[in-house]
Amino acid sequence: MSSIIKKEYDIPANDFSLAGEASSNVRKLLTQLGVNPTIIKRTSIAMYEAELNVVIHGNGGKARVEIFEDKIEIFVFDEGPGIEDIELAMKEGYSTAPDSIREMGFGAGMGLSNIKRNSDKFVLESEPNKGTRVYITIYLY
Amino acid sequence: MKLNQIVDLIKGQIHTCTDKMDIVIKSACGADLMSDVMAFSKENTMLLTGLVNPQVIRTAEMMDIQAVVFVRGKKPSSEMCELAEEKGIVLLSTDLTMFTACGVLYKAGILGKGRECE
Repeated sequence: MSSIIKKEYDIPANDFSLAGEASSNVRKLLTQLGVNPTIIKRTSIAMYEAELNVVIHGNGGKARVEIFEDKIEIFVFDEGPGIEDIELAMKEGYSTAPDSIREMGFGAGMGLSNIKRNSDKFVLESEPNKGTRVYITIYLY
Repeated sequence: MKLNQIVDLIKGQIHTCTDKMDIVIKSACGADLMSDVMAFSKENTMLLTGLVNPQVIRTAEMMDIQAVVFVRGKKPSSEMCELAEEKGIVLLSTDLTMFTACGVLYKAGILGKGRECE
């Protein structure tokens, strides 16, 4: 099935003031399409967390979003340092974020598990020095 | 409870969206850690926080939070007010501490809805 809407967003590195722009844009699109508010909230949270990860850890990257009749697919990727131990990174409370990020109110080690919790399908691929790729699927019905 | 009643209770100052004082708030959350707001808050439409940066507004937007109260006398920057106006989010501030502001509102009937820790 072909997608109704396809978008690509640049996620700039270390620019905290812009983090969330892409998610905000997707949120607007979904609202315009009349998507159920609970689905919009889940999508917003999952994508915003993924976007923040790219800003904080990934040295910037991209997000590709495709909206189909029955689902939303979000692919967020960066070419940053990657994740050494994915199982550990998924653990709530585990974080490698620096103090500067914690002072901004983030980096509590809740992000990845929160993406998983809000997604219907969640795939995380990463290797040290090979970047990180996050695939999120959320069904509309 | 309407926002204007909340403003009275916490002796608050209104920074944005002055036309939205009729919004009804039933539940709220209080946190300085936005990570936790996103992971634990559920169906809350107001956030009390001591953290002052634009990501507070972004977090509020993603979480469908309609009003943010900055506690401990903290004030939002003009950049934050601009972003909040654009998103239609009410920004308030109070000199009360987090504990007291939450306590006053809880006593007045505002509930907290969150995911319980496992």
